[in-house]
This record gives sequence, structure tokens and C-alpha cells, in this order.
Amino acid sequence: MIRFLLTKLLYLVPTFLGITIVAFGFVRVLPGDPVLLMAGERGLTPERHAELAHQLGFDKPVWAQYFDFLTRLLHGDLGNSLVTKKPVLGEFLTLFPATVELGIVAIIIATLVGVPVGVLAAIKRGSWFDQVSMTAALVGFSMPIFWWGLLLIILFSGILQWTPVSGRISLMFFFPQVTGFMLIDSLLSGQKGAFVSALSHLILPSVVLATIPLAVIARQTRSAMLEVMGEDYVRTAKAKGMPYSRVVMVHALRNAMIPVITTIGLQVGVLLAGAILTETIFSWPGIGKWMIDSISRRDYPVVQSGLLMIAAIVMLVNLLVDLTYGLINPRIRHK
Amino acid sequence: MTETVTNTPAVKLSDAAIRRRMLADFWFHFKQNKGAVAGMIVFVLLVLAAVLAAVIAPHDPTQQYRDALLVPPVWQEGGRADFLLGTDAVGRDMLSRLIYGAQYSLFIGIVVVSIALVGGIVIGMVAGFYGGWVDTVIMRVMDVILAFPSLLLALVLVAILGPGLLNAMIAIAIVYQPHFARLTRAAVMGEKEREYVTAARVAGAGNMRLMFKTILPNCLAPLIVQATLSFSSAVLDAAALGFLGMGAQPPASEWGTMLAEAREFILRAWWVVTFPGLAILISVLAINLMGDGLRDALDPKLKKS
Repeated sequence: MIRFLLTKLLYLVPTFLGITIVAFGFVRVLPGDPVLLMAGERGLTPERHAELAHQLGFDKPVWAQYFDFLTRLLHGDLGNSLVTKKPVLGEFLTLFPATVELGIVAIIIATLVGVPVGVLAAIKRGSWFDQVSMTAALVGFSMPIFWWGLLLIILFSGILQWTPVSGRISLMFFFPQVTGFMLIDSLLSGQKGAFVSALSHLILPSVVLATIPLAVIARQTRSAMLEVMGEDYVRTAKAKGMPYSRVVMVHALRNAMIPVITTIGLQVGVLLAGAILTETIFSWPGIGKWMIDSISRRDYPVVQSGLLMIAAIVMLVNLLVDLTYGLINPRIRHK
Repeated sequence: MTETVTNTPAVKLSDAAIRRRMLADFWFHFKQNKGAVAGMIVFVLLVLAAVLAAVIAPHDPTQQYRDALLVPPVWQEGGRADFLLGTDAVGRDMLSRLIYGAQYSLFIGIVVVSIALVGGIVIGMVAGFYGGWVDTVIMRVMDVILAFPSLLLALVLVAILGPGLLNAMIAIAIVYQPHFARLTRAAVMGEKEREYVTAARVAGAGNMRLMFKTILPNCLAPLIVQATLSFSSAVLDAAALGFLGMGAQPPASEWGTMLAEAREFILRAWWVVTFPGLAILISVLAINLMGDGLRDALDPKLKKS
């Protein structure tokens, strides 16, 4: 297992270096003078320009610039935002919990709904439930989620007035950030109604974000179950008179979960891409909205570092998925 | 597909006849999937709408009728018969804009898939065929591209190239290309040790001929399926970029861009928001249904299950 882990980690090094090269190269291939872009100042005198170029390291050869970039990165220095002048890493860490909270709730919804639907569709193959749920899954999979979010706002915030349109919690409530997760912090604050407010803000965006992963998980669970239900060991379990529910839940489901867990893990990239759209629609103060705002404000240090960190997160989650896969399925580990 | 050839060795078939039989076999399996056929019908209608837009659209998609701002659809109170699906905030006919929007979506799908497919096939073919360090370097680069969420990378590429439809399409194609490269590579690695490849090599075929004439036709099935799926994703992602203001620019009647313009009216005029999104959903769904059918018909492993 240690060897499996080390090989996997070693594989990440070139990918991570590649990601840093993309993030580093991004600023250099932008049209325009990189000094002006990264300094965010206009109408510079030639002296000031030279000074800034020196300060930002643009007067050095490219390889030296890249090396400096890597060194700073490993020291946790990701530069400062042009707009707020604050360190990018600090901003990222403040906003990241909002995205994580949204993402976790979304993946929980997607799994809790998607897996049972997939299992039921598989064991009742060809039934009306199978047909309806798989049609719904295909619709969900094809959904433009930015439109879906707008529709839900029209229905639940506009017509029914059940949920607020945007933000994470009502402005009435104010309490210190402990975990950064609004659901937990609102409970800890002990203020009446805070948790309900946080939940009502969270529910629509997380349903929107969960839509595509839910569809993918339901479809994947169904096909994995169908495959496993045809295996010899399932037939044996049935033949020896085991209750059908136990055959399904223990013998089939556990084996069918292996590809499903991979699928769930692979949804993280989908979730982060979806978070950009979802957070924009619901004005959710997370890293997706932060990236979009930074791109349109030409805040390139933020875009550069945000890109880097999001890719690094996707990479690490994929590693975790690989490791879990190895834990569940010994065949992979010992290969 | 192969059964026809192996079971009846005595019958000599011309290439064209074999191709016809393969097509018939494919159609036989494809048409058993009702959803796929429905998807194909919708897709054909979409193509017709795009091609005949100038003929069937009742109005010019950019013509602003100043006396008809935010007119609701015809069946709702206040609707007008000359604007079947109503008008938008500056008095443009929704139906005509939606019909012209089909042109954008199909064009985006075709361009993105073509670039990604050709690029991915060449890169994957080289990686799989030559192996060794060439393969390692290429596949690591593909891993790097795949580490970025596609929409985010496309957004950043658009930031570099500048907003606009063409740049959005190039960005999306770059992001999709690794999927094709990986599929091609996997298929080539499976095929290149087969006997027919060795036979062609012994007969004196050069590397180029081996790669693109001998091996490639036998790797096409997964690529076709992936191309269909990418087509629908491209329509979705381009619409998302348009929605975020990074794709087609107003007054283009691209569906995502239309949605972005309609956002501020969501609580006042449901039709300006509902119809463009519905158009995206229906097109993407139709293409995905077709893709499912193609996969079942082309992939012999899944065919019998």
C-alpha cells in the first residue's frame, strides 16, 4: 500500500509542475505588457516602469522568473490582488469554505438521491420507474445549469417566495466565523433562526449544483448494478436462498460501488466548473464567483493563483479517489 | 459487423457492399433505441431550422420593434399574433432569434468537435503509435490540461484570446482535445500489435499509412461516440461562456448570450428567460440521446446486454 501511495504521489509531480507552468505562462501570453498587467498601474514613467519590472522580476530571463515563481509558491506567497491589494492566498482561504460548503452539500444530495435511484432502476429494469428516472437523468445530464438556476429562482424566490435570491445568510444575523461553513457556524452561534436562514440560502444553489452529478451518479450506479447482478457470485447468493434484499444490498451493491465511487470523485472537477456558474447566478461569495469577477476586472494575479489552486485541488481529490479505489479494490493495489 | 465477413467466407463482397452492410447493421441496432431515433429527429429539425432560418423566421433577429417591448407569448394576455413567442426587452422577436440561434449552436458544435477531434486523433495516434518517451511527454501534457475544470480553463483562455465566439470555440476545443487524444491512444495501443498491422508493415506500408489508413479506421467507434458527447458539451459550454459574457457578444442571438441579456427580467418576463434555455436543453438532450444510441449500436460489447 505504501508503494502504491508513493508511485501515485510521484506521478503527481510532473502534473503539478505542468500546472505551475500553465499558471506562470498565462500572464506571459496575455496580450499587452506583463508589467502593466501585473502591477495594475497606468501611465507609468519609464523609470517607474523599469523599477516595477525589476521589483516583479520581469527583467530576468524567463527560466529565472519561473524559478522565482516556484520558490514564492512553495513559501505560500501567491502575490497580491490588484483590486483589494490583499494577499491572494488570504482571500482564497476566506472564500474557499463557501465553495466547499456548497460543493459538499451538492455532492451529498447527488449521492443520497443518485445511488438509491440507480439501484432501484437496475433491480426494476424496464419498469416505469426505470424509464422515468433514466429519462430524468438524461435531462439532468443535458441541463444548462445557469438556466436551471434562473428557473428555480423564478419559481421559489419569485412566485412562491420561499427562498432568498442570493447570498449565504440574511443580513440580520452576524456571528463570528469559526469553521467558515455557514450551516455549522449558524448553529454554533445559537441565534434563533440563523440556521434556517443559512439553510434557505443554501438549498437552491446546492440543488442546482447537484443536478449534473446526480444524473451522472444515477446512470453510473444503474449500469454498475446491472453488470454486477449478472455475476456468478450474485447468482450463487440467490441460489443458496439468501433474502433478495441482502443479495442486493450486500453482495451486489458493495461491488457495484467501486466504479460509482470513482464517478463521485471525478465529479469534483464538474462541481468546481459548475460552481463558477452557480455562484454567479446566486451571488454566492465563493471562489467561482471570485474567479469570474477577477477575470472581468483583469485582476490577473488572482486569476493566476486561483487557476493554480483550483487545479491543484482537483489533482489532489483525484489522488484521493485513486487511493480509495486502491483501498476498496485490492486488485488495483497489487498490480 | 464482423460476423457477416467471418461466417460467410465463400461470398466475396466488394468494399462498397461491406460498407453498405455495416451501415445496415448499424441502423438495425440504432433504430431499436426509441430515444435515439427521437433525438435524431429533433436534431434533423434543428439542422433544418438553422439552414432555413432566413426562410422560416418571421422577423429579422436583430430588428427592434419599438412599439412591442416585452410582448408576452401569443397565448398569454397581451400577446400579439405576429410575435408567437413574444419579444425581448428591446422589441426583438423571440422566435426569430431562437431560430437564428440554432445556427450558432450547430456551428459551435461542428467547429469545436472538428478541431478537438482532428487534434486529438493526431496527438493520440502519435503517442500510441510511437510509445516510449514521446508517449510519456504527450500524455503528461494531456493530464495537465485535464487537471483544470473545463469551463475555468476555457474562461482563462478566452481572457487571453479576448472575448468572442471564435475565441470561445478555440478555447473549448483545446479543453476537449485531450479526451480524444486519450481515446485514440488507448485504441491504437490495442490495435498496433494485431496481425493485420504487422501484415501491412511487412507489405511495405510506411508509418503514416499504418497510422492513418490501417489503424485509424479500426479505432473510430469510441471516437464517434465521444464526438457526439463533445458536441452537446460544446453547445452547453459555449452557451455558458455566452451567459458569462465571454462568448458570442450581443446582439448575436446565441442562446447563452440571450439568457445573459434576459437575466434582469427574470421576475417580470418569464418568456425571455425560459425559451432560450429550453432551446439549449432540447438540443443538448437530443444530441445526448443520439449519442446513447450510437454507443449502443457501435460498441459490440454493450450491444447484446
